[in-house]
Amino acid sequence: MANVVEIRWHARGGQGAKTASELLADAVFETGKFVQGFPEYGPERMGAPIAAYNRISDTKIRVHSNIYEPDFAVVLDESLLECVDCTAGLKETGAIVVNTSKTPDEVRAELGGYKGKVCTLDAREISESCIGRYFPNTPMLAAIVKVSGVMPDDVFIKDMESSLKRKFESKPQVIEGNMNAFKRAISEVKGL
Amino acid sequence: MGIRTKLSGNEAVSVAFKQINPDVVAAYPITPSTEVPQFFSTYAANGEVETEFVPVESEHSAMSACIGAQAAGGRSMTATSAQGLALMWEMLYIASAYRLPINMAVINRALSGPINIHCDHSDSMGARDSGWLQIYSEDCQEAYDNFIQAVRISEHPDVMLPAMTCFDGFITSHKVENLELMEDAEVQKFVGKYKPPYHLMDKEKPMSMGPLSLPFHYFESKRQQAEAMRGSIKAILEVAAEFEKVTGRKYGLFEEYQMADAEVAIVILNSTAGTAKDVVDELRAKGVKAGLLKIRVFRPFPVEQIVAALAKCKAVAVLDRADSVNAAGGPVFTDVTSAMFGRVDGVKVINYIYGLGGRDVKTDDIKVVYNELLEVVKTGKVKEVYNYLGVREV
Amino acid sequence: MNAGKGVKLVSWKEITHGSHVFEAGNAKNFKTGDWRSNKPVFIKENCKQCLLCFPVCPDSAIMLDENTQVTGFDYDFCKGCMCCQEACNFKAIEREDV
Repeated sequence: MANVVEIRWHARGGQGAKTASELLADAVFETGKFVQGFPEYGPERMGAPIAAYNRISDTKIRVHSNIYEPDFAVVLDESLLECVDCTAGLKETGAIVVNTSKTPDEVRAELGGYKGKVCTLDAREISESCIGRYFPNTPMLAAIVKVSGVMPDDVFIKDMESSLKRKFESKPQVIEGNMNAFKRAISEVKGL
Repeated sequence: MGIRTKLSGNEAVSVAFKQINPDVVAAYPITPSTEVPQFFSTYAANGEVETEFVPVESEHSAMSACIGAQAAGGRSMTATSAQGLALMWEMLYIASAYRLPINMAVINRALSGPINIHCDHSDSMGARDSGWLQIYSEDCQEAYDNFIQAVRISEHPDVMLPAMTCFDGFITSHKVENLELMEDAEVQKFVGKYKPPYHLMDKEKPMSMGPLSLPFHYFESKRQQAEAMRGSIKAILEVAAEFEKVTGRKYGLFEEYQMADAEVAIVILNSTAGTAKDVVDELRAKGVKAGLLKIRVFRPFPVEQIVAALAKCKAVAVLDRADSVNAAGGPVFTDVTSAMFGRVDGVKVINYIYGLGGRDVKTDDIKVVYNELLEVVKTGKVKEVYNYLGVREV
Repeated sequence: MNAGKGVKLVSWKEITHGSHVFEAGNAKNFKTGDWRSNKPVFIKENCKQCLLCFPVCPDSAIMLDENTQVTGFDYDFCKGCMCCQEACNFKAIEREDV
């Protein structure tokens, strides 16, 4: 289990954490690593707290349990900090990345003594101004790439561009907004 | 040349369906297997396969349609989970008794109730004596590889029995991970064209299936079916050897992980085997002679081979992700112990029921089992044979 | 249970897969005549060759010659249901105990 990076996503049903964990797995796969991307299924509906996970490694990953001691936690909805223990088991050598307009220090005060790195990104503002709608998973995906360093930023950007071009062949107008959201997220994430 | 990619278990198996390009796929959606026919119906709609896709109104009809198609000389396939498999029940026995090599992906999910959609093995374990071959898979790669091999095994002239390729619901079915696919042409060449020795549409050799088989014939038919199941071990190994030549990936009746000098070992199947392998490595690093036997082929049950693999251990724990609720032990445990009885003495064997209804299994849970085995070796005593792992006792 | 006289019972090694049947028209190999407890007897001198008996026989056991004239019964298959006697208006078929 050495050299395995483990990431836990916290979100509400409908905010795209499952998709984000799969996109992260896809992107990191392209760098030649071994990946897992999987959601924790439950009877969740729109708005219910959910979790999704990533494991990233240089060697084949055999563990198939959920993740209890992640290196990184990503919180797509800051209201979850009140009802879910988002830092449970989170390694202090790692970081938590929260979607909020608050500063890292303001968020740290709400985390009940977590000693690791606290990072923030106003994903709502970025998503609404770049994409025109609220998709918190898009900027937060870029933020976790930046914070975790699981792959170089520029490789991630290139990879996302080519995958969006494939996916939205018939709707090229959506590509630019998404790419801007990724780029802004990488440069605006605070607390690094 | 293999294709390196990343897919979920359901995606990988639906790609196998596409590459095999069967004559008929008849299926009814049920979580967590739904995506397999869902992806496949897209391939069918896009003209990527020549398959007749039959969206039926129930799993009973799905299996019935597969039986009809296979009896008519076609290659048919389906996928299901839990209650869906249960609804197929009576038709499972018809398929195997008629010697129709239908292939089915079983995405393991707990049988309700209480109502539950998550992983355990109560669905396929309940069908273990229905005359179908059962092949279990640790991850997406194995699910894909096993499904392709199962087509060849089931259609082997000495076998002619239907086969279930089983893998864990959600854990494997919905997890995106690395795997290597075969090229379409490679799969086509490997599975070949289905050439049934007889079928209902053959006007040169007319026949009828499904006669009333009275007491002076039925028993002989069942005895012959049992022999085909027993003989399928040879075909399974032949197909595995050929598969290894094409892909480089090696398969046997089971996988032995650090078993050569193991004193304590776990017998397990499907995804938790992977989690347990990491625990074996951890224990080995501390000098503990721990091993693991991962059953791939559960039907037929490789009695002699499993006994030989476990004979040198001091204590063995068999882990069952299904409870037989029989006051005796889980299905894998009762098969392993009855195989060992009279063939090998002195190995202490205990049973753990684990992970029912999707209860997550962590490396720490597996450590509990190895610690108990080490305690059994130390004291020479088994406290309790039939145990539960990861359930709240208080 | 009786498999019937002359029926060869094969071993599990020889039986067809799933008891499948590969021979067309093999009902003729299964002699049902020994199920009979009534026996129809043909009285040739009373028969007008009206052929009303022929279509009612469920076992195709009424034998005809090349000129489609009734010649009697095929006792290998006649189960003795006596439908033929019901159909006959000329007392050309009588019942006997077996």
